[in-house]
Amino acid sequence: MMLPIFFQRNLEVGLKSLWHRRLRSLLTVLGIVFGVASVIAMLAIGEGASYEAQQRIKQMGSLNIIVRSVKPPAEAGKSSQPMGIDKYGLLKSDFYRLQTIPSLRQSAQLRRTRETVWQGEWSFPGQLVLTNPSYFQLVSLSLASGRLFNENDYLYRSNVAVLGAGLIQKLFPLGGGLGETVRVKRNYYRVIGILSDRSISGGGSTVSAENVNYEIYIPLSTGMSQFGEFIFKNEGGSVQREWVELHEIVMKAGRESDIPATVSLISAELKRSHKAADYEIMVPLELLKQAEQTKRIFNIVLGSIAAISLLVGGIGIMNIMLASVMERIREIGLRRALGARKRDIVIQFLSEAVILSAIGGAIGVILGIFIPALVTRATGMKTIVTVWSPILAFAISAAIGVIFGFYPARSAAELDPITALRNE
Amino acid sequence: MVAQNKKAPAIQLEEISRIYQMAAGEVAALSKINLTVEQGEYMAVMGPSGSGKTTLLNLLGCLDQPSSGRYYLGGEDVSALPDDQLSEIRNRKIGFIFQSYNLIPELTVLENIEIPLFYRSHNDPDGLQRAVRLAEMVGLGSRLDHRPAQLSGGQQQRVAIARSLVNDPLIILADEPTGNLDSTTGQEILSVLHEMHRQGKTLVVITHDVSVAQHSSRTIHIVDGRIKG
Ligand SMILES: Nc1ncnc2c1ncn2[C@@H]1O[C@H](COP(=O)(O)OP(=O)(O)OP(=O)(O)O)[C@@H](O)[C@H]1O
Ligand SMILES: [Mg+2]
Repeated sequence: MMLPIFFQRNLEVGLKSLWHRRLRSLLTVLGIVFGVASVIAMLAIGEGASYEAQQRIKQMGSLNIIVRSVKPPAEAGKSSQPMGIDKYGLLKSDFYRLQTIPSLRQSAQLRRTRETVWQGEWSFPGQLVLTNPSYFQLVSLSLASGRLFNENDYLYRSNVAVLGAGLIQKLFPLGGGLGETVRVKRNYYRVIGILSDRSISGGGSTVSAENVNYEIYIPLSTGMSQFGEFIFKNEGGSVQREWVELHEIVMKAGRESDIPATVSLISAELKRSHKAADYEIMVPLELLKQAEQTKRIFNIVLGSIAAISLLVGGIGIMNIMLASVMERIREIGLRRALGARKRDIVIQFLSEAVILSAIGGAIGVILGIFIPALVTRATGMKTIVTVWSPILAFAISAAIGVIFGFYPARSAAELDPITALRNE
Repeated sequence: MVAQNKKAPAIQLEEISRIYQMAAGEVAALSKINLTVEQGEYMAVMGPSGSGKTTLLNLLGCLDQPSSGRYYLGGEDVSALPDDQLSEIRNRKIGFIFQSYNLIPELTVLENIEIPLFYRSHNDPDGLQRAVRLAEMVGLGSRLDHRPAQLSGGQQQRVAIARSLVNDPLIILADEPTGNLDSTTGQEILSVLHEMHRQGKTLVVITHDVSVAQHSSRTIHIVDGRIKG
């Protein structure tokens, strides 16, 4: 019972003197407030951003290897193909040759073009995706209603389509859509499935989310015969024609450990048949690892900033505590004369410092939780305040009170009572 | 260790010296002092400036320790105790009254009187009641919530007197308690001290004022760190 009473009393003394100098205490504590608040806020923003990046990468499938056609950089001196047709990119033959790589489990080939999709008088520019039924599994697209097209649809070149949630909303603003017919160019398709909304919560990545939501999936076999391989692009007023057989090949490795070897096999295979660099290989897993690495670096930078700002806050605390000790030398002498032990004086000043920094920490935590919410409201950026970040920030700020309050408290306790009492 | 006993002298000094080590050499503020103060005595200490009166009082109050010699406080040898124990002795056995009152400005009259209770090793349920009674005794019963700045010098010194009594100490030490007061107010304070003496308290009061000697039961003179006469 003795310790708590002794502690409580000295704490009381500390609190009283803080209250007595409340404005100055508050100003001093601002360093800690902003330190803690900025740490929590920046962590929340960083966490939100990396969460979005990771979600996007995960949507690509973490075991997948994606090869995309890219337009090779125009070589100087060499004019484009006759009749202005640019031919580049992946071929169906590439797809079939890559099938022979034994470590692959599943694969799909894709053609992507921008096409206007019609429904009666309603129309909307959508992303036409011609692909195999396996694509849905590869990128784990999930249905909101209806069904996905299957091998039968593929085999019989059925005129069926699976539409993204956004596109459905645009074409069927009054609801429904499943079983109805939509038109692309002169071809009609029955809507057999509607995908669930894939926009990543919080926005920010609106571009990719919109693309996903405005896609219309049609069996490659059906579409290939109807659309051909030409793409007309309106670029800078002049019509440009491109000839691309496949835009994308998506392959899935059996295991994570197979990925590097598989990638080099794919790369070697493609190098043999492609003279120009008209494709790129993307490995979501590697992107994921990069994203994690980036986040680690971000956290280190953030940690350093936090450490510096909290150090500054701590020095502020030390400063005001030293001033407080200087101002109250006589009081310290008096208390010692009336029976205060050295440790009573230490606790009096230490509790003052800890209360000061803890108050700063608490205000900082509130601000630090409030700021990310504000950022999200203002910019639509996703922010995540993890549970541990305010707890950690608060604990650190209290610890700073102890660390930076200790020296002033100690020097107060070590004062000679006689000298202290004589102080004017 | 001898237990505090009613018959033991309140203060017993044997060959007490206090020597300050200075760059220029040693300064003997007190040399070989022998002094006994019985319980209930009221002793005035007089002497010229720099003679060692305050040094003596600091030693008696366990704020300082002698360079040599023995000091028995209520029969207990306190010449060489560790700091924490000295704090406890100051808290339990000694009441200080300073020339400049030394009240804490943020605290009220009552809170100032209560300070020594803060540092008691055991909770004292009657402490508050005693503090209020002492405030009434020194005539400040109606001003418990006032701050020191709202009081006159004489009233502040009365608060300090009440504070020195709150832990019911064995001895009360006062270093020129009227030094900052005009003579009328000073006389009032002296009569409070006199009243304390009549109630059986042991007092040691440093003073330049000869009239204190009239109240006191005994006067010693210190010159150059030695007791004269
Ligand atoms: N901390 C110290 N260091 C060195 N010398 C000291 C110290 N304190 C006191 N002295 C010396 O000890 C001697 C006695 O000082 P003390 O304060 O006891 O005198 P005093 O009798 O109380 O004088 P006054 O009436 O002026 O208060 C003086 O010569 C003083 O200079
Ligand atoms: Mg003196």
